[in-house]
Amino acid sequence: MQSTKENTRIGFYVCHCGHNIAAMVDCADVAKYVKGLPNVVLSRDYKYMCSDPGQELIQKDIREYNLNRVVVASCSPLLHEHTFRSATAAGGLNPYYFHMVNIREHDSWVHTDRGEATAKAKALAHAAIDRVAFHKALETKTVKINPDALVVGGGIAGIHAAMTLANAGKKVYLVEREPSIGGHMAKFDKTFPTLDCAACILTPKMSEVGAHPNITLWSYSEVAQVDGYVGNYKVRVKRKPRYISEERCIGCMDCISQCVFKEPKFEDEFNEGLGKRKPVYIPFPQATPQIVVIDPNVCLNFKRAKGPDGTPIVSDKCKKTCVEACGDKNAIDFTQKEEIKEIEVGTIIVATGFKTFDSKRIPGYGYGIYKNVYTALEIERLVNASGPTGGEVILREGKNPDGSPKHPKSIGIIHCVGSRDKKTNIWCSRVCCMYSMKLAHLLKEHTDAEVYNFYIDIRAPGKGYEEFYNKLLDEGVHFIRGRVGEVTDWAMTPEEEGKLVIRVEDTLAGYVRRIPVDMVVLSSGLEPQADAQDVRRLFNMSCGTEGFFLERHPKLAPVNTFTDGIFIAGACQGPRDIPDTVAQAGAAAAEALVLIDKGYVEQEPNTAFILDEECSGCKSCVPLCPYSAILYDETRKKAHINEALCKGCGTCVGACPSGSIVQNLFEDEQIFSEIQGVLAYD
Amino acid sequence: MSKPKVAFYWCASCGGCEETVVDLAEDILGVVEKVDIVLWPVAMDFKYKDIEAMPDKSIVATLLNGAIRTTEQEEMAHMLRRKSQYLIAYGACAHLGGIPALGNQFSREHMLKFNYEDAPSMANPKKTRPQLKFADGGREPTLPELHNVVRALDQVVEVDYYVPGCPPTPKLTKAAVTALLENRLPPKGSVIAPDIALCDECPRKASKPVNTSFAEFRRPHQKLMDPNLCLLAQGIVCMGPSTRSGCEAACLRGGMPCTGCFGPTSRVRDQGLKILSSLCSNIAPKEEGEINKVLEGIPDPVGTFYRYGLAKSLMRRKVNLPVK
Repeated sequence: MQSTKENTRIGFYVCHCGHNIAAMVDCADVAKYVKGLPNVVLSRDYKYMCSDPGQELIQKDIREYNLNRVVVASCSPLLHEHTFRSATAAGGLNPYYFHMVNIREHDSWVHTDRGEATAKAKALAHAAIDRVAFHKALETKTVKINPDALVVGGGIAGIHAAMTLANAGKKVYLVEREPSIGGHMAKFDKTFPTLDCAACILTPKMSEVGAHPNITLWSYSEVAQVDGYVGNYKVRVKRKPRYISEERCIGCMDCISQCVFKEPKFEDEFNEGLGKRKPVYIPFPQATPQIVVIDPNVCLNFKRAKGPDGTPIVSDKCKKTCVEACGDKNAIDFTQKEEIKEIEVGTIIVATGFKTFDSKRIPGYGYGIYKNVYTALEIERLVNASGPTGGEVILREGKNPDGSPKHPKSIGIIHCVGSRDKKTNIWCSRVCCMYSMKLAHLLKEHTDAEVYNFYIDIRAPGKGYEEFYNKLLDEGVHFIRGRVGEVTDWAMTPEEEGKLVIRVEDTLAGYVRRIPVDMVVLSSGLEPQADAQDVRRLFNMSCGTEGFFLERHPKLAPVNTFTDGIFIAGACQGPRDIPDTVAQAGAAAAEALVLIDKGYVEQEPNTAFILDEECSGCKSCVPLCPYSAILYDETRKKAHINEALCKGCGTCVGACPSGSIVQNLFEDEQIFSEIQGVLAYD
Repeated sequence: MSKPKVAFYWCASCGGCEETVVDLAEDILGVVEKVDIVLWPVAMDFKYKDIEAMPDKSIVATLLNGAIRTTEQEEMAHMLRRKSQYLIAYGACAHLGGIPALGNQFSREHMLKFNYEDAPSMANPKKTRPQLKFADGGREPTLPELHNVVRALDQVVEVDYYVPGCPPTPKLTKAAVTALLENRLPPKGSVIAPDIALCDECPRKASKPVNTSFAEFRRPHQKLMDPNLCLLAQGIVCMGPSTRSGCEAACLRGGMPCTGCFGPTSRVRDQGLKILSSLCSNIAPKEEGEINKVLEGIPDPVGTFYRYGLAKSLMRRKVNLPVK
């Protein structure tokens, strides 16, 4: 295929990238080969094309040799396409007359035969030379950024990100699924390695969020739909009915004390089911917002059966002492319905956190079978002064002879439950070693029991972490290296009677041990949220194989996603501890601020457009656009693409049955000439 | 002054294209008045050697229908190309390969074996096959040889214009002949039909919902069809969105889906691929098993999506078959 332009003058550059490319590809040979291809005016190989002299070389050659097309064979376009486009523009050409060939990630890094790798580089270069002749001058468009931001998830990541943005003077919507913000951190007793109280450092931040004039806090709410694009997202937020008017409730909690249920009777989610709550409740004393919530599943004023649309039906059977207690404030509203709020924001930070591994998935460890097997989160609540037992560590099962609650005298903490395990989750959950040691310390402090840690390796790679490990060794906590085989109540000796026996191969001592304990703590690992895939689709993100949200680049863009204007922070991206989470939340806020303060974003011109004359109005493309950028114009009976919404995915281009949609930089003749070029080399 | 010379010729075709010429009805008299027909095997008796004897380029235009699948057809295509100023591929077979090109799914041996040995209706105990030559009372008559691959006319010789359709409509035929006689010719290589898909002129266009997706496909005989609603909206495969217009949606007006005989628009290289990616992108289920269930409604995808265009498609023929 020949260029439509008569006098195409191509400059070709092949980059050594130090040894990265040159070690596997004969760059001089590639340059020599390309020199002989049609329309190529000059062909050079150079050590580092991305360096300043490399870029200046391009500019100088454009002027001196009157080039009108530039091709660079080097690394991934993700890395340096922008660099070379800028160099092309600085040389006086439209930047889209540049084309990049990836001979590093796609070639030198993945091959072991120098001859074949060089041949592949030549074929790829040939494709680019054929293609670039068909490139056209394109203009970038700018789109305004709405300065308001949305933060999804009110754990420590979401709180910190929202506060950072709000303190910078930006308006923030913070949406949290639970009735209160705080997330997992609010449940923790102390934090490692400093042992400062989690509530003491978190709750002031929570109330600051609640009171901040720039933050609109919507708890008990979920994002239902996200439309639009960077700078201009339209978000629908579902506000679940809490049967309490947020405007009128002052948080006096008289309704709770006056509820017809005199005693709390229902499983308390915040305390991991270890405590009880009433149908009208506040999750925990420092909850933010300080607004109660009514659980229609157990409140007597609701029928047990739900309506046809799944909403609870008011029975009016209860005496409603709560309403009486509320009095003039009139905050209780049994008729409240789910509400949809529509907001417009420019940037979104997703901080939806993690869930802990369900320890029942490893039946051999006895969780859910033996009552005195606990998860780590249960222990956090158990040792907490505001927890269900007021901080007293008492066993779920067994009483002292005098009938008083029993305290454990020996405790085994099993690490890596649902982590580093091919049968469950392969990854290290990063925080378990440290929180296990923290719990070991707290349990020893509270009970003076003998505490055993069963570990595979101790991973303590943080500031003050190794020191904390040493401190625990000094405190006399036992560390036994070995993955626990099982937890059983089958006693083989009189000492084991009435106890839980941990069977483990002590890999340092070199034999299998049986250690009887009163209490077993399972250090469950961290997993993606159960609905992470739905959330991923909602925000058009990607997930890694393990299901955590995928960052744009693991090193250089750790809080960006592949969707512009959407950032991730905290454990939704992968297991991490509080310091890392807060750092990441700050980074995500900073990335959002970059967009907000710049005020606009440049859009790649690789958008699609409809050939208006040729469109037959068959509507095939309309439902396919993932960005809802295509509308059907009823008066003109033709489809129309909103280029501001188009992200250049090409779906409609492929699907247009009459070839009437064209995508800039991916026109048929460009792609076909590229294919012919790559096949031309043999 | 002598009248311009015109030839009609047929290759691998069914005769339907000839029918269209006759369908010009009284208009044909107008054509005949203005031209000298020098070759028209279906209607008049001329000898090949008479054509051979004519000077090159002495025929103004040859309208050739049918695909090229035999040695004789190839020879004639070359000869008529030499003798004609304009060679016009007339009808879907000459334009795209047409129905005969569906044979490109199989080898010549496969087809001959089936037709002369294995077909249930065949009684041929000696397994006699057509011979290229045989002795008959001192004479040795010859027969043309079948090629492995069926080709469109422009895959054999250069073509100046295309009149699409199976068969082309009288209206398009008249337009093409008039353009020729009045010397108002479009750019060389043009298809003499609008370059926009059929939906544009389909009476059912407005009835197609914007969010049409396919939960099942049915063939026309399997369903009671709404006479006004877009057939795709009824789950019937209609090639209209990927087919050039110009027939005035004749099939749709007759209650049948478009089968694609006008071929793709000028912007499309492979008509079947285009409609495939359009239909498949709009299949309602998203799970593989469910998707396969929907696709079971299209038992013959090649015959459905490449009914006329297999020879000109990117696949073109069974892998590794030589042309001849």
